[in-house]
Amino acid sequence: MMQSNWIILPVLFPLFGAILNFFMPKRVKAQKLVAATALTATLLYSIYLLSYTRTGAIAVFSASDWPAPFGIVFACDLLSAIMLVASGIVALAVLFYSFWSIDQGREQHNYYAFYLLMLMGVNGSFLTGDIFNLYVFFEILLISSYILMALGGEKEQLRESFKYMVINIIASALFLVGVALLYAVTGTLNMADIAVKVQAASDQGLLTVIAMIFMIVFGIKAAIFPLYFWLPQSYPTTPPAVNAAFGGLLAKVGVYVLFRIFTLIFINDIGYTHSILIFIGGVTMLLGVLGTVGQMDMRRILSFHIISQIGYMILGLGIFTPLALAGGIYFIVHNIIVKTALFLTAGVTDQLTGTTDLHKLGGLLKAYPALGLTFFLAGVSLAGAPPLSGFFGKFVLIVAGLEAQHYLVIAVAIGTSLLTLFSMMKIFRYAFWGQPREYQPQKYGRFLAPAAILVVLSLAMGIGAEWMLDVVSAAATQLLRPELYITAVLGA
Amino acid sequence: MELLMIGVIGLLFGSGVYLMMQRRLLKVIFGSALLSHGTLLLTMTMGRLKNGLPPILVEGYTGPYVDPVPQALNLTAIVIGFATTAFILVLTYRIFAEWQTDDLEELRGVEDDAE
Repeated sequence: MMQSNWIILPVLFPLFGAILNFFMPKRVKAQKLVAATALTATLLYSIYLLSYTRTGAIAVFSASDWPAPFGIVFACDLLSAIMLVASGIVALAVLFYSFWSIDQGREQHNYYAFYLLMLMGVNGSFLTGDIFNLYVFFEILLISSYILMALGGEKEQLRESFKYMVINIIASALFLVGVALLYAVTGTLNMADIAVKVQAASDQGLLTVIAMIFMIVFGIKAAIFPLYFWLPQSYPTTPPAVNAAFGGLLAKVGVYVLFRIFTLIFINDIGYTHSILIFIGGVTMLLGVLGTVGQMDMRRILSFHIISQIGYMILGLGIFTPLALAGGIYFIVHNIIVKTALFLTAGVTDQLTGTTDLHKLGGLLKAYPALGLTFFLAGVSLAGAPPLSGFFGKFVLIVAGLEAQHYLVIAVAIGTSLLTLFSMMKIFRYAFWGQPREYQPQKYGRFLAPAAILVVLSLAMGIGAEWMLDVVSAAATQLLRPELYITAVLGA
Repeated sequence: MELLMIGVIGLLFGSGVYLMMQRRLLKVIFGSALLSHGTLLLTMTMGRLKNGLPPILVEGYTGPYVDPVPQALNLTAIVIGFATTAFILVLTYRIFAEWQTDDLEELRGVEDDAE
């Protein structure tokens, strides 16, 4: 264990960037510079944290030097660091795409400031070791996301923002109920301390109820079955850049928290809770991909795919072997990157043609070959074709599932893969093949660059799969030994 | 005392859920506010209701002190709830200005589905 005040930097960089931005609402150029600097610094520091935690060390920061469990702690283990790096990469990519796609009205109404605040909430959720602090960071990212979603004030957008807000208010109320009940049982809010007290608690039945409350709360936020209904409606009404950040990043924060609490705190009744997770994972992936069948809009199809992909991650958590957890973490990273790339290409399509409706598109491959290639690579990576990153994520999950003898759900996972490929091909067939419509030749290299870089990363993750698997396996092993986290936070 | 509180919490949750099922936007917001109040009360109750001194050590006093943690949590949650409610009220006002209605039935339907 190492005490380090620096691990709070991924929270502070975006925070200070946002504060600076609030002081200069009309100076868009300066805002962009501040935002890019803050996020680059965050990413660089996150990479350093990854290299540090790679050795198995867990860095801990106790606020005001109050020893845990009395003060609020931040703890960075390997999983946190991996998530920080992945979110740092896509945050930067989406930021650069925002530079070229967000209209002036939004820019002058503090778009970048709220974007930074949202990332502060995301990074804080990854780092915090205190369950109430987690609630606070979640609220920070939610309130920023409400604003990003409503900013612009188009009719549809306002209506969907309202629904999104009400759903999240309910989820937050339940979150607080869960925290309160957990406090009543354990008398502490520190996650490591809770983990200790939970094992010793006399009323194990009540704890399972609390576990279910938390599963519902983060199930709503991560959009798992049967709580995903809000997502495909609300995401496509936002501007493409915001859509990419939401689709790539926000839902995965919920998944991260599920990974954290169901490996650290609620492991008292694995037979019950984790079987439910396996079931939910299977149904989520299948229903998510079936939802795409009736859709004829690129962004709507991609939004349904978010749900389907979440299912795979939950499946990895549910199987709960080192290999499955490693596959789940690999899949989260892969998905954060590839999903964002797909939404960004959809955004570029929207910019170039003015629509993402598949009926109105056609022959994009001839008109814009680079766009077609980027979309194709990201699409087959999502479906899981080697040597792209999607293949290895699924491969590991499937092997882990077979080893643990969950044959049915693995069959569902493989079937879902095929359906994913099918719906990617649907987009490709309608939008990219066929006779080109009348498109003006335009220069779009810089619009596409963020997405192209993410696709290259996906390819690199596939080619460097051995190294990646090494890292995520280490993270999974660490997760399965919660005593490491507990001693790091509480001391021996 | 706890039993009474639980009754009140249940009442708040029940009426909150009932209001959220209504068609008017404003009622939905009131419902969400009641729901939040219910949770606040629950947090308070979970710290055990008892008479005692403020949690600052007094020499020679061995009796009970009250638990400060739920109160701190509640303060934070109240602030967050306040911000969220203020924002959703403004959002509702904007929805009313754009759509000329606050009836959820009339807000239904996706326009681009018909296209």
